[in-house]
Amino acid sequence: MLRVADICKTFNKGSINEKTALDNASLFLDKGEFVTVIGGNGAGKSTLINCIAGVYEIDAGRIFLDGTDITYTPEYKRSQYIGRVFQDPLMGTAFDMTIEENLAIAYAKGKPQGLRPGITRDDVAFFKEKLALLGLGLDDRVKEKVGSLSGGQRQALTLLMATIVKPKLLLLDEHIAALDPSIAKKVLRLTDEIVKEEKLCTIMITHNMKAALEYGDRTIMMHDGRIIMDLNGKDKQGVTVEWLIDQFSRKVGAQLDNDRMLLS
Amino acid sequence: MQLISWATLQGSLELGIIYAIMALGVFISFRTLNIPDLTVDSSFTLGAAVSAIMIGISQPFIGLAFAFLAGFIAGTVTALLTTKLKIQPLLSGILMMLALYSINLKVMGGRPNIPLLNKPLIFSFLQGLAGARYTKLFFLMLILALILFLLYLFLKTKLGLALRATGDNDQMVRALGVNTNVTIIIGLALSNGLVALSGAIIAQYQGFADVSMGIGMVIIGLASVIIGEVLFGVKTLLRRLIAVVLGAVVYRFVITVALWLGMPPTDLKLVSAVIVAGALSMTVINEKFQSWKNKRANGGCEGGQM
Repeated sequence: MLRVADICKTFNKGSINEKTALDNASLFLDKGEFVTVIGGNGAGKSTLINCIAGVYEIDAGRIFLDGTDITYTPEYKRSQYIGRVFQDPLMGTAFDMTIEENLAIAYAKGKPQGLRPGITRDDVAFFKEKLALLGLGLDDRVKEKVGSLSGGQRQALTLLMATIVKPKLLLLDEHIAALDPSIAKKVLRLTDEIVKEEKLCTIMITHNMKAALEYGDRTIMMHDGRIIMDLNGKDKQGVTVEWLIDQFSRKVGAQLDNDRMLLS
Repeated sequence: MQLISWATLQGSLELGIIYAIMALGVFISFRTLNIPDLTVDSSFTLGAAVSAIMIGISQPFIGLAFAFLAGFIAGTVTALLTTKLKIQPLLSGILMMLALYSINLKVMGGRPNIPLLNKPLIFSFLQGLAGARYTKLFFLMLILALILFLLYLFLKTKLGLALRATGDNDQMVRALGVNTNVTIIIGLALSNGLVALSGAIIAQYQGFADVSMGIGMVIIGLASVIIGEVLFGVKTLLRRLIAVVLGAVVYRFVITVALWLGMPPTDLKLVSAVIVAGALSMTVINEKFQSWKNKRANGGCEGGQM
């Protein structure tokens, strides 16, 4: 479904702040595969996702989605096939618009835009049905502005917006990192449900190693812009957080530098 | 002192209605798209100039349509400077404002002022109708209501929703598969189209077009938007749009009263600037006042010494 072939990305090339974020990273995802990504600060996790989404143009390599070369396709065009949820709950929604208006924009994905009514009665019924599945009571609040929602509610809404038109690929960039632990758990469970239900090809970055092992079919670890470990199917079973940290030290020859990662 | 005459009040209401069209344009750029577009000052004049030279060539209402179109194009160019050439929106607007000054003079055939006396205007057909005193007012209200209605409908379409979301969160809009360059271009074009239309109607109302009539227009528009927000609220989209209109009318009344109190007309722009500066700094002043009150309630210890 997704093929990332030897992509490189360097920021601030030629200046003293030069930073190689991706160094010949390659990745292949099968249809419906759910991959979790872990790694220390500056490992290149977010850059990888942003390059796939088209936020950054890559320096070298190729990206294919469902057999199509999308290496140089602009971000907004790729978004027709890619759903995204960001770390910052403010990033995924328009705060000054209502819940139903936000969903309507998401629901219009891949359909002709233009001057037809933004929201029809059927749409609202459909949105309510979908919102009810989140179990957050948002289905009664479709006319409220998103600005009045909590971070967790917004992330759940963003998740729904990212998947309401079934994407070929779902990218989750630490989407639960900014939430309270209990709400984070709930959003994580929702994510898992939606991904499984729709059989979505998904990449989820997380700082929570336990979650990374618990969810998804596969876990990859990144360091210095490369993928240094790829645990698939059987390999993943029975793996503990301690073992992962130990493996990391062996491969990299350094301690994990991500405090947040160890604490959680 | 003599009371303000009814005729003066009615005149200021009429002006308020015409300027409200311009304020709706400013609302689209400043609030909906969150882009401080200064093209407004010149696109207002552009609309006046185009409609002035169209008089005599064709029907005055066709002139209005052309004025709208001219503003639409001006806004498109500003948007292209911003989106395609990545020039900061503020600078793009200033560049267009400057460029349009020359273009406006060219449109006006090199004359800085075109009088429109004794020419067929959009108001001409009203002459001889019953209730002559109020026909202009009702006619203007009708035009404004129509524009308000169409604008509201547009902002509720799929494209309109995407346009509004662009100002809120452009990153999200791109992530949902919409080209934000397109929404910005359409938004700024529409905004300046409305501004130019307002300029055209003002020219016909006053009976002349002047090359400097647009100076300070963006501030007047912004003042109307802010006054509307403060006095009439921002809860729903329809309410916001109506608030802009009412804000424009209130602003015009404030100016009328100030003039009646003896303020020289040449001070108008200074007063407008002060109103907008005051309105924009409202939140900061409120915060300072709150913190000063809190400090006093806590024992008023300066410098934190106990």
